[in-house]
Amino acid sequence: MKYLPLVWAALWRRKVRSLFTLLSIVVAFLLFGMLQGVNAAFSQAIERSNVNRLIVANSISFTESLPYAYMAQIEAVPGVARVAHLSWFGTYYQDPKNFVFSFPAEAERMFAVYPEFKLPADQLQALARTRTGAVVGADLARKYGWKIGDRVPLHSTIWTKADGSSDWTFDIVGLYQSPGDRAQESAFYFNYAYFDEARSFGKGKVGWYVVQVADPQRSAQVAAAIDRLFANSPDETKTQTEKEFQQAFLKQIGDISYIVSRILFAVFFALLFATGNTMMQSVRERVPELAVMKTLGFSDTGMLALVLAESVLLCLFAALAGLAAADLLFPLLKDTLGVVRMPLRVIAQGGAVALLLALVTGLLPAWRARRLDIVEALRG
Amino acid sequence: MPAIVSLRDVVKTYTRGKQKVEVLHHLSLEIPQGDFVALMGPSGSGKTTLLNLIGGLDRPTQGEVTVAGERLDRLGSGQLAKWRARHVGFVFQFYNLMPMLSAERNVELPLLLTHLNKAQRRQNVAAALAVVGLSDRAKHKPAELSGGQAQRVAIARALVADPTLLVCDEPTGDLDRATADDILHLLQALNRTHGKTIVMVTHDQKAADFASHVLHLDKGQLVEGQTAAA
Repeated sequence: MKYLPLVWAALWRRKVRSLFTLLSIVVAFLLFGMLQGVNAAFSQAIERSNVNRLIVANSISFTESLPYAYMAQIEAVPGVARVAHLSWFGTYYQDPKNFVFSFPAEAERMFAVYPEFKLPADQLQALARTRTGAVVGADLARKYGWKIGDRVPLHSTIWTKADGSSDWTFDIVGLYQSPGDRAQESAFYFNYAYFDEARSFGKGKVGWYVVQVADPQRSAQVAAAIDRLFANSPDETKTQTEKEFQQAFLKQIGDISYIVSRILFAVFFALLFATGNTMMQSVRERVPELAVMKTLGFSDTGMLALVLAESVLLCLFAALAGLAAADLLFPLLKDTLGVVRMPLRVIAQGGAVALLLALVTGLLPAWRARRLDIVEALRG
Repeated sequence: MPAIVSLRDVVKTYTRGKQKVEVLHHLSLEIPQGDFVALMGPSGSGKTTLLNLIGGLDRPTQGEVTVAGERLDRLGSGQLAKWRARHVGFVFQFYNLMPMLSAERNVELPLLLTHLNKAQRRQNVAAALAVVGLSDRAKHKPAELSGGQAQRVAIARALVADPTLLVCDEPTGDLDRATADDILHLLQALNRTHGKTIVMVTHDQKAADFASHVLHLDKGQLVEGQTAAA
């Protein structure tokens, strides 16, 4: 610690240059934090997938619907414990930028299949009683200041009513919570019966089925049995585990992990030169000063350690600032990606990358400082 | 007084490209403890090379260099660094202070290599700055000091770890006459009052006059010794 003021002062010997280098590292790690954070949040969501659940979707595409009549047949497949269905409603609230994840569902079935969602029994009953009723995630309700008893209009970008209107009105009768994962508290569920009766097309169809299996060990057999059941029908199915389904869904956006790693590689490759150049210049300019320090008794290894410490301090300080900024900005992604907090492992990864960057960029100048010949350096 | 510096048959050769240049030729020398010696001679005579050998900055090509009881020619670079930290204080012509550090931080530098705690370091720094009369400039950076003040800070840095020997390379070469005399008076006081052995390279006869002994070097050999009229 006693060397810290010396290292810090050396770092700021050329204030403007150090500031620009610092800023470039801050921005790089801000980008790292955001991109890796999104990537990690998606991975976490996939990892959290329930092993008991299968998703049955149309084999042509996830966006193609399936007949409602399939539900009874799926329920009859051996190994199936429960079945629910959901459909993509595609809505916004008041303004297109206020996107709302909304789904028509049969509430009792849905909350039975998703036991991690907690909805008081009286609110579940209220939903069953209220044709235009809806239950809303606690986080979504907080966002728009909704409460039980409110009447909420949503505009669907897909579904029109028989009268040609795309505006749907719902009565909020319940607020559900997801204690293990707040990111799941941002959806809006309402009665399928109301939806199916009021919509102008696609009646008698659902988006996909969610199947709870009695024994996760037999998921593959159950999935195969379901798909066999509808083989050669107009609406063949593709049944996957929830994890496989989510992975496939994310792949539709693109291979996020691949894109993120390539972008970050380019950023850090450029940063390597910028930071390395700063460190080299810094040592080159200080040759007489470094020689004096050796004269005073600082050893070769001590000089190597001091220059490396400068590099480590610069990179770690800037990386932590960048990651802190990313952590502050990360909640802004919640609306678009449904992620709430930047995973801690991203901060740990960032620290490791910063350390690696510091060692790679600092090693050459540090080695130069180590090998500095006092007599030659003082002679100038 | 026993010799604190002893050189026996020292040869120093430098390689310049393909050429080998012998800078010191079989030089022998003894400097008693508590002496104030001025090394004079024309450019290229080997003064700074000799000073570097005495200060443990360089090793001889041949011969023995013993300073403060240690055979420097037998030490490796790490051992030499430790030895310098313990035994030698250096004063340079252009002060060679760290521009980004305050005067007190500059003076503290050699103490970072000791086991002293922060409070002890602070105490020693204050004492060294008081010796050179710069207690009121402790927080100033080198750019905010005059040449004379900067050289005093450099002397405080050289003194702070209480070295056995002060090695000064043209300490007044960058100063006007009056300031140079102040610095030389200070060095003389350190020699006389605090008993510091000082070896000083200078081109300036007036500076050499402050020393107890003057050694003349020419073409890598001692040519004559005389006592200064200080």
